[in-house]
Amino acid sequence: MRWPRRPRYLAWLESGVSALLFLCAFVTVLTTIGIVAVLGVQTVGFFRIARIGITDFLFGVVLKPDARPPLFGVVPIFWGTMIVAIGSSMIALPIGLLSAIYLSEYAPRKARAILKPTLELLAGVPTIVYGYFALMLVTPVLRALLEPLGLRVETFNALSACVVVGVMIIPLVSSLSEDVLSSVPRGLREAAYGLGATKFEVSTRVVLPAGLSGVLASFILAISRAVGETMAVVLAAGMRPQITLNPLTSIETMTTYIVQVIGGEASYGTAKYLSLFAVGLSLFAVTLVLNIISGLILRHFREAYQ
Amino acid sequence: MDRPAATVASGRLDPVVLATKALSVWYGSTLALREITIAIPRNKITALIGPSGCGKSTLLRCFNRMNDLIQGARMKGDVTFDGELISGEIDPVVLRRRIGMVFQKPNPFPKSIYNNVAWGARINGYRGDMDDLVERSLRRAALWDEVKNKLHHSGLDLSGGQQQRLCIARTLAVEPEVILMDEPCSALDPISTARVEDLMDDLKNDYTIVIVTHNMQQARRVSDMTACLMLDEAASDGHRTGILAEFSPTDLLFTNPKDPRTEAYITGRIG
Ligand SMILES: Nc1ncnc2c1ncn2[C@@H]1O[C@H](COP(=O)(O)OP(=O)(O)OP(=O)(O)O)[C@@H](O)[C@H]1O
Ligand SMILES: [Mg+2]
Repeated sequence: MRWPRRPRYLAWLESGVSALLFLCAFVTVLTTIGIVAVLGVQTVGFFRIARIGITDFLFGVVLKPDARPPLFGVVPIFWGTMIVAIGSSMIALPIGLLSAIYLSEYAPRKARAILKPTLELLAGVPTIVYGYFALMLVTPVLRALLEPLGLRVETFNALSACVVVGVMIIPLVSSLSEDVLSSVPRGLREAAYGLGATKFEVSTRVVLPAGLSGVLASFILAISRAVGETMAVVLAAGMRPQITLNPLTSIETMTTYIVQVIGGEASYGTAKYLSLFAVGLSLFAVTLVLNIISGLILRHFREAYQ
Repeated sequence: MDRPAATVASGRLDPVVLATKALSVWYGSTLALREITIAIPRNKITALIGPSGCGKSTLLRCFNRMNDLIQGARMKGDVTFDGELISGEIDPVVLRRRIGMVFQKPNPFPKSIYNNVAWGARINGYRGDMDDLVERSLRRAALWDEVKNKLHHSGLDLSGGQQQRLCIARTLAVEPEVILMDEPCSALDPISTARVEDLMDDLKNDYTIVIVTHNMQQARRVSDMTACLMLDEAASDGHRTGILAEFSPTDLLFTNPKDPRTEAYITGRIG
């Protein structure tokens, strides 16, 4: 029996395809390297021109780029970022997880067919719309609720930013977690029901542990998203860099500081202009740390099913 | 442990544990099982055989209300357990603790061997010595010697046959009265199969076992009674419904089948 010869060009095509795929993967690596390089170079320039030390920047508690001499402490905006990340997570993680459990374990097929796409639609709303939502709805409601108690709610306030960013990241948590939970094998559920478990026990003691790594990954993704959120926070929380525990006053986050510098009239090459790169690099570091933490968590909690 | 009067009262136990009367099951609008009437004897092994799709698993899953988990599944007729009606408005959670199940594909939880066995007992509020219960159950399932040094390894690290015995141990730890087994050996090699069969023989004194199997030799080897289900030939719409062709002592059914369809099936002419 004779087989037809494999044409030469097929082998070329094969190696061409693999080279192309490699290039595509490499683009993302290159981008990351590029970002770090640009941020790094400009950050060095910032420290030279502003004539401040790294500790003044990292641990400085006052951020006044227009003062004389200017003060570039990053702590107030790091604080603001953390307030928004923690506050919005406190809203989004429980609600998102509970809705994921509801959707995957409790919801009748029809309810699920309507609810899931609706939740995912929330994720598609432009973030600036959430900002308006904060300004026009959330803050007035907060005022109506809290001012009778004698609390002063500023027009721009952290709480309202936490609420809208929280709502904004709920779909990230619920949608990803739901995917993970509903892909837990049916056999595990049947085994648990067969031992006389209630639906609640099956959900919380079999399905959730089996899908835990994916659920935690969705949490981290949502938190990273909250850390990086910009426009909604600008509109909701304003731009006052301060270290405060009062969520009813205006704050500034790292991202909104960058917006402020870019939107202002800082001219190219000045310390104020260059500071945005230093802040950008810090933001990058924060996200990197979150990613590393999530990697560690995943390795620790892995309860893999085949 | 609260056992029903029928099992506590010594001496005069009702010889029938599980019974169905004119039980029909639908999935959506298709009839999967028609008017099954059968009585499962206590402390015996009953085998369910029949061609693929005739509703053996469906019947088995009626006994512990597992079909409740399938949307659109519906049953009509009576199922009784120790004389109590269990096909109506009962709490399936309580029922499933008393009627355990072993599945076709070994499905240990992605937890340690110890926790696999302890899981069911724990959620059912077991108050005794858990270490003792785990050891007893694993010994009962003929797995103890193989795993006693690695109780805290994942149950998924075991071989398929060991996993299936782990699933049996997990079921035993809940101390059920009946064990339903749906093709428990179909994923196992002959040696593991032989071990599971020995185990069933050993468990027979304390439990009632209902086993679905495609393996005629297995049914002959292990069971006391055999029910042969068939696909109804008279169905008009092309969909075929399961019916009970014959239910007799295993020796009789295999040597002297009363029903011609049973004979055709066990001699390999259908199915
Ligand atoms: N979840 C389900 N939804 C709809 N129909 C089902 C479902 N499970 C089973 N059926 C149908 O019910 C009938 C009986 O199925 P069942 O699984 O009880 O058969 P079986 O005798 O166990 O077959 P096998 O020997 O292949 O396991 C089949 O026609 C099957 O298509
Ligand atoms: Mg089956």
